[in-house]
Amino acid sequence: MTIILQTVIDAVSLGSIYALTALGIGLIFGILRLINFAHGDFITIGAYALIVPSAAVVATPSLGAWPVYLMIPAVVVVVIIVALATERVAFRPLRGANMASLLVGSFAVSYILQHLILLIYSGRPKAVDVGMNLAESINFAGLRVPAIELVAIATALVLLVGLALFLRKTTYGIQMRAASEDFQMARFLGVRANIVIALAFAISGLLAAVVSLLLITQSGVLSVQMGLGVVMVAFVATVIGGMGSLVGAVVGGFVVGCASGILQVVLPDDLKQMREAFVFGVVILILLVRPQGLVVTRAAQERV
Amino acid sequence: MRVPEGSIERGLRRVWPLVSLSVILTAVVLLSDVLGEPLLKRTIAEALIKLIAVVGIYIFMGNSGVLAFSNATFMMIAAYASAWMTLLPSLKRFSMPGLPGFLIAAHLAPLPALLLAALLTTLVAFLIGAAILRLSGIAASIASFAVLAIGYTVYDNWESVTMGTSSVIGLPMYVNTHVALAWAIVSMGIALLYQVSRLGLALRASREDEAAARAYGVNVYYQRIVAFTLGAFVLGIGGVLQGHFLGILTVEAFYLQLTFITIAMLVVGGQASLTGAVVGVFVVSLVTEVFRQLEKGVQLGDLTAQVPLGAEEVILGIIMLLILIYRPQGLMRGREIPWPFGKSVAATLPTLTRRVAP
Repeated sequence: MTIILQTVIDAVSLGSIYALTALGIGLIFGILRLINFAHGDFITIGAYALIVPSAAVVATPSLGAWPVYLMIPAVVVVVIIVALATERVAFRPLRGANMASLLVGSFAVSYILQHLILLIYSGRPKAVDVGMNLAESINFAGLRVPAIELVAIATALVLLVGLALFLRKTTYGIQMRAASEDFQMARFLGVRANIVIALAFAISGLLAAVVSLLLITQSGVLSVQMGLGVVMVAFVATVIGGMGSLVGAVVGGFVVGCASGILQVVLPDDLKQMREAFVFGVVILILLVRPQGLVVTRAAQERV
Repeated sequence: MRVPEGSIERGLRRVWPLVSLSVILTAVVLLSDVLGEPLLKRTIAEALIKLIAVVGIYIFMGNSGVLAFSNATFMMIAAYASAWMTLLPSLKRFSMPGLPGFLIAAHLAPLPALLLAALLTTLVAFLIGAAILRLSGIAASIASFAVLAIGYTVYDNWESVTMGTSSVIGLPMYVNTHVALAWAIVSMGIALLYQVSRLGLALRASREDEAAARAYGVNVYYQRIVAFTLGAFVLGIGGVLQGHFLGILTVEAFYLQLTFITIAMLVVGGQASLTGAVVGVFVVSLVTEVFRQLEKGVQLGDLTAQVPLGAEEVILGIIMLLILIYRPQGLMRGREIPWPFGKSVAATLPTLTRRVAP
């Protein structure tokens, strides 16, 4: 019983991170039909913002030295600025291009950002201590749960509820939903494209910053590809969930997180290193059964 | 003068892009032989191997308009398969104990090993394609990304047959500019024959308008599998040659970097024509080479101009982005090298990029 509960908590906390990432990707996909590869680099940049550029193994913190209540907003602001900048410089001129070009474009943006980080910070992975003592475990009814897992779950819950309220109750939120339903029609009805898209990028940046803080507190290691692993999983989560559906993205994130958590327990030891491969394998299996994803929206169907 | 059906000229016009591109590439290789510069030869061989890979990507992506990310995986499968068949048995018994007995004992010549490796890749691609191509275009792209990740994770951890994170060394290095040129011409030939065939035309029709192609009876799923599988065969050739050119294999070499650079080449040149693929490889190789030299430092009078390491990739990314923004159809805009003798008639290659206004 305890093992099952332990696994569930592990899986849900992993799922929270995937869900937040998938949501960040899903928001932009819904409106622009753009699969944003650069989302992973938003996450990486959020983490690198914590340290001073250098080639040292143990990094000197910059933003990371600030008190937590200042550090978190600072990281969020940095990532949002980067997200908005990529929108303005790269994705706005590409607006209206076909999906394959957009995909290649975001691949290029991601490639540029990744190598900019390499140029500035050098390539070797670094250790960083952000000073939040969340690695300790909490003992609770025979369970040993790392505090960071609970924080991840709670953060995801708060953000998801907050975002749901924003999308349903506020004018901008409703405009965003309208835009992702039918962008053309929404524009005819007076929704300002630039604002809605900028907002989507800003929220996506916020989500990326949060994920990056969660990841860095969990592992304490920075690397240029740290965002990539999460984003790859989140991509397939959005596909499983049903492209263009925000609820689907969240559901997909949790499904993949759970699959991953279960595989970690079920797989024999010598195959555990290949867990990722099995997770992606499960994804392809799900897609074979339900090619349209778990949550089907009208917007997901290819427009003729 | 009217061109009679089935005349030599009509046939020549059809294969003209292949003929002209082959002549140009051969001239470049012969020129490098005359100059005898080893560095130049190396660069040309590298570019030709990349060209084979890009042609492989082109066969699927160019004709279907669907982006696939699994290309590097197919190259990797073929490269390792060829290594399994060509390395010395005594070496394999020690470093790859997980291989089945017949593979450990195998010591094939380069050519049969290349063909078998490419065929294995084709089979794998057929199975994968049959699964993921059922998805709509963009979802299939993402699923192909999952394939890339699976391939990388499996080969990186499958120590007993791939040596995991350590490099496989001792591959017979038989690839030079001539071998690479020969296979590049074969690959372009496969691509050209495919794109003027019934199958190629059907897939190109679906690229222009999927709904209309379906309405005309094109089974898009089936056509995509054909191109995906055929493309993987060519990618396999490219992968094998890369391994035997460098003499060394690492899993890392078949991941995002290679994926990006090959797709960038195709997009820069123009993904809708064979000439575009060749032009893209040429331009990107040139840019890469120039930056490689700049990173080493260039003497300008008293000053040594040097760009920081990593700038090459950033510039390449920016070039690709600029092309996407200002010339979304790539440098060649979907055209092939035109037939230079006399006016073009309907018998020339159908270029579907010229859209007729409704």
